[in-house]
Formats: sequence, C-alpha cells, structure tokens
Amino acid sequence: MKRRRYLPPRVIMVLSAAVGMLGLALVARSDPVTVAEAPGHAAGETDYWPMVFVFLLSTFIGLGVIRRVSRLLHTPLMSLTNAISAIAVVGAILIAGPDYPPEIRLLGGIALFASVTNIVSGFLITDRMLKMFKRDRSE
Amino acid sequence: MSPGYVELFYLVATALFIFSLHWMNDPKTARRGVAAGAAAMFLGVAATWAQPFVVNHGWMVLAVVLGIAVGYPLSRVALTAAPQRTALSHAFGGLAAALVGTGKYYLWLSEGPEELTTFRMVAIIAEVILGCITFTGSLFAAGKLQELRWIPQRPVTYPLQNVLNIALLLAAVGIGTWLALNPATPEAAYLFPTVIVIALMFGILLIVPIGGADMPTVIAILNSYAGLAAVAMGFVLENNLLITAGALDGASGLILSIIMCKAMNRSYLNVLFGAFGSAGQTATRQEGEQGEYKADTPQSAALIMEQASNVVIIPGYGMAVAQAQHRVRELYDHLKKRGVTVRFAIHPVAGRMPGHMNVLLAEADVPYGDLVEMDDVNRDMPQCDVALVIGANDVVNPAAALDDSSPIYGMPIIEARKARTVFAIKRSMNPGFAGIENALYSDDKTWMLFGDAKHVVGEIVKELSGDAGTG
Repeated sequence: MKRRRYLPPRVIMVLSAAVGMLGLALVARSDPVTVAEAPGHAAGETDYWPMVFVFLLSTFIGLGVIRRVSRLLHTPLMSLTNAISAIAVVGAILIAGPDYPPEIRLLGGIALFASVTNIVSGFLITDRMLKMFKRDRSE
Repeated sequence: MSPGYVELFYLVATALFIFSLHWMNDPKTARRGVAAGAAAMFLGVAATWAQPFVVNHGWMVLAVVLGIAVGYPLSRVALTAAPQRTALSHAFGGLAAALVGTGKYYLWLSEGPEELTTFRMVAIIAEVILGCITFTGSLFAAGKLQELRWIPQRPVTYPLQNVLNIALLLAAVGIGTWLALNPATPEAAYLFPTVIVIALMFGILLIVPIGGADMPTVIAILNSYAGLAAVAMGFVLENNLLITAGALDGASGLILSIIMCKAMNRSYLNVLFGAFGSAGQTATRQEGEQGEYKADTPQSAALIMEQASNVVIIPGYGMAVAQAQHRVRELYDHLKKRGVTVRFAIHPVAGRMPGHMNVLLAEADVPYGDLVEMDDVNRDMPQCDVALVIGANDVVNPAAALDDSSPIYGMPIIEARKARTVFAIKRSMNPGFAGIENALYSDDKTWMLFGDAKHVVGEIVKELSGDAGTG
C-alpha cells in the first residue's frame, strides 16, 4: 500500500506552537514553592518540564507510528486506542485506592468502573475484528 | 512496590503501547499489537495497584468486576454497531478523566490550598473541560448513531449557533483560567461546578448540529479529546505513563480526523469549532429538481454483471443499515467463480466511522486484498464494466467534482460515473442524508435498483446461482 503524508506542516506548526505557548505561560506563572506531596508522588516542587517534554515527544512518536497504520484497519485502530486511553485506570486507582474521604473514593470508583469497561471491551472487540481480516480464504 | 519499580513497569508499558500501535500497520501483525497493548495495560494496573498506599481493595475489586460485567457484552456487539460502541467508550473515557480531575481538585482543596499550584490547576481545568466535553459529546453521538427516538437524527441548526458555542467554550476557559490563578477563593465553591456544567453543555451543543455523514470526523475528534484528557490527567497526577499513552491516543485521533477532513474537503478548523451544520442549510434549495432516472430489475443487473469482466462495488452506509454485507459477499463469490474481477472501492468516509466498511466486509469474509482505496480505484474506473453502488450517495456524487455551488464541491469522490455501466441500489429516490441531489442517478448509463440493499443483492445472487444450476 502506498504511504502518504497525512499531516500538513501547518498542523504540526500549530500543534508545536500550542504546546510551546502552554509551557511559556506556565513558566511565566510558575510558583517556586515546595509543596508537600500526596502519597505516591515524588516529594519536592512540581517539576513539570520533563512532563511537557514527554508529552511533546510521545505525540510525535504517536503521529509517526499511526501515520503508517493501514487504512484497512482504521476501525480496529480506533478501538485499540480507545482501550489504550483507558490507561486513565491508573488515575482512577490513585484516587479510589488510598485512604481518602469516601466521596473522593466514590468518584475514583466510578472512574475505575468506566476505565475497566473500556479496557475489557476495547481490547476484546479489537481482537475480534482483527481475526476477521484475511488476505485470502486459505488463511 | 517501591517507586523505582513502578517507574520501571511504566517504562516497559510505554514501550509496549508504542509497539502495539506500530504492529497495527499490517493486518498480519495487528493481533500481536492487541496482545502487546493488553500486556502494557496489565503492567500499568498491576504496578499502580501494588503500591503500599493503595488500601481500598474491596471497593476497587467491586468497580473492576462491574467494569468487566459491562465491558464484556459491549465487546460482543454486532459490527454494524461498532461506531456506537466506540462513541460510548469515548464517553466512558471522558467520564473517568473528568471524575479523577474533580476528585483530585477537591482532595487538594481540603488538604490545603497551597497544593493547588498554577500548573496543577491548569492541568485539572484542562482535564475536566476535555473530559466533560468528551463525555456528553460522545454520549450524544452514540445516541444519534443508535438512532434513539428522543435524540434528533437530522442536524439541528439555529441562528448564532457557532457564536453561542464559542462563547460557551470561552466562558469555560475564562472561568477556568481565573480559577487557575486564584485556586482557593471562596467563589471556587460554585465556579468549579460552573466550569463542569458549561463543559457538559458544550459537549451536547457540539454534537447537535451534526449529521450522520459527518460522524466519522466527529468520532475521530472525540477520540483525540479523550486522549488529551488522559494527558491532562497525567500532568495532574505527575504520571508519565498517562501522558505517553494519552498522547498516543490523541495523536491517533488527530491523524484520523485529518484524514476524514481531507476526504470531505473540510478544513480542520471548520471541524474543530463545530461548524458542521453548514452543508445541511445550503442543500435544501435543490429540492424538487430531481432529474430523470431509469429503474431496472435485479435480474437484468445480474445478467449484465456476469458478462462483465471488471466489476467495482462501492459500499456505503446503506449496506451497513441493511446488514447486507453477507449477501454482498455471496455476490462477490458468484462473480469471482465466473472469472469476473471484483473489487470493493472504499471511500475514507463511507459509513459512520473511519474504516467502517472494511470491518463489515472483513466480517463477511471478503479478503482484504480486494478492498481498494479511492485513489487506486479511480485510476482504473474507465476500464471498469460495472460500478455497483450499494447504499452510498455523497461519496459517488459527481457534483463534488463538477458543480461549484454544491455544498460538497471539492470533496474527493469515487468516480463511479466513469464506469461503462452503473447500478445504484437505493431505498427510494429521496436525496441522501445531506439532502443533495445526485446527478449520477440521472446519468444515461445509470440504472437504479430500488429496494432494501440486502433484498436487492439477495435477488441478484439468486439469479446468478440459478444460472449456475442450469448451466
């Protein structure tokens, strides 16, 4: 299958500019306070720069990898990325798990339920769809 | 589990997620991708859960069990319902993000306002706004796709729609920014819920003006929002796994929506700001200008197709609605048996989500080698004896190429009109979803086959198999 360039350069520019501006705006307002951390987080002030870099780089990796995905598989791709974005389950566990007030744990529990639903249905239906794709009948 | 090991698990999970998407580039390796993704997810959950401060095991097991109980049936739905299921699962993703952001905000507010740094507030507001928009927007989209009675199917437009929508979004962002700068003011008690309510409303208003033909684009955009909400959650919780996995999802949604936009000749900004209804408004003026058309019977269509040497089948949403994919595969088999070259021309926006037609035809056991993309098939179209249009309309409408006053002008189409003969299966002569007249139907070489796609294709197949019996 022929590979095309799907991403116009101006979209990449807008994307990078948006990320850059987010970073700049935050620097301008950064509070150099050392904050006490909730359990599970490294102690010390929020050092957000590494996270912004991680976001930027993984976005570009994502664009590079997904541009090569066969057009045939766009529906499974979408249900797979659905399942992957249910990684929100990690956040849900961090809210539902610790010894927090009950109303917070309730929010976390609902979030956990929603994410697990996505994980289970996302991976299973993707696999179900992919099983159906055959190059020829002999497979 | 000590923090070092948690990070190590997250690192491995990130690598597996990237491989998972990488393996999707070929149907042969794609199932390996699912396994890698599931393994990554397991690592992420296990590492998070095993941390010492996670103590509410009973409560969480309950949520997980409920999640599995709901998730499993959702994975068994008919593939014609894949768009609804996808939209519903975006809604769940958005809900999870919004709830975690809200929970974290109130937690920090109660523990001490000094926890709410500007950075965290920006991230929380972004997470909650994106999560809420994705939640109601996707729920509403799923309802439209499922054709629930109390949700209007046709695009609903009203004056100043875009102005109102953008004003609402600006209000939410404005209040959010103010909250980010003053996280612990007494007004936050009602301002934070206000942001949530506005974002929830915006999600619905974004989907109200959208018609079925625009659904693939909208689903792709909501996919991207769900990913970005997860990224924002990662910034709130300072969790790199959330950021990387969310960014991968966001990138995927972005690329899919760009492909969809290009396939409909719409600009990305046009879609981003929800100006979807415009095509519906201009289209009504053409009502009543229906051209002359000729109807034909499935029997003579069968006769012509079996004498052809090159047939292209162009499926659209009508095939999905009528669940006709299995009949279509029988037709494909019968023609192949007679030595006819049969291929399926797939328009990127055919159906209600990206790749919808490919999945339905794969379900019906059509080998994917015979599914061809629009650009490749258009080159061969003049050599093609028969183009069989099954429940597709806008994607073969010559107005997109010829009539610069048409709302779909400039949209790339499958050039069925260049084939020697065209058969179009359609339920009635009513214009398609966008309400645009299709000159292809009144073309000299076009024959209409009226009726339900499943029934008509079944009739053609019956005719072909009858011949095989006698001959």
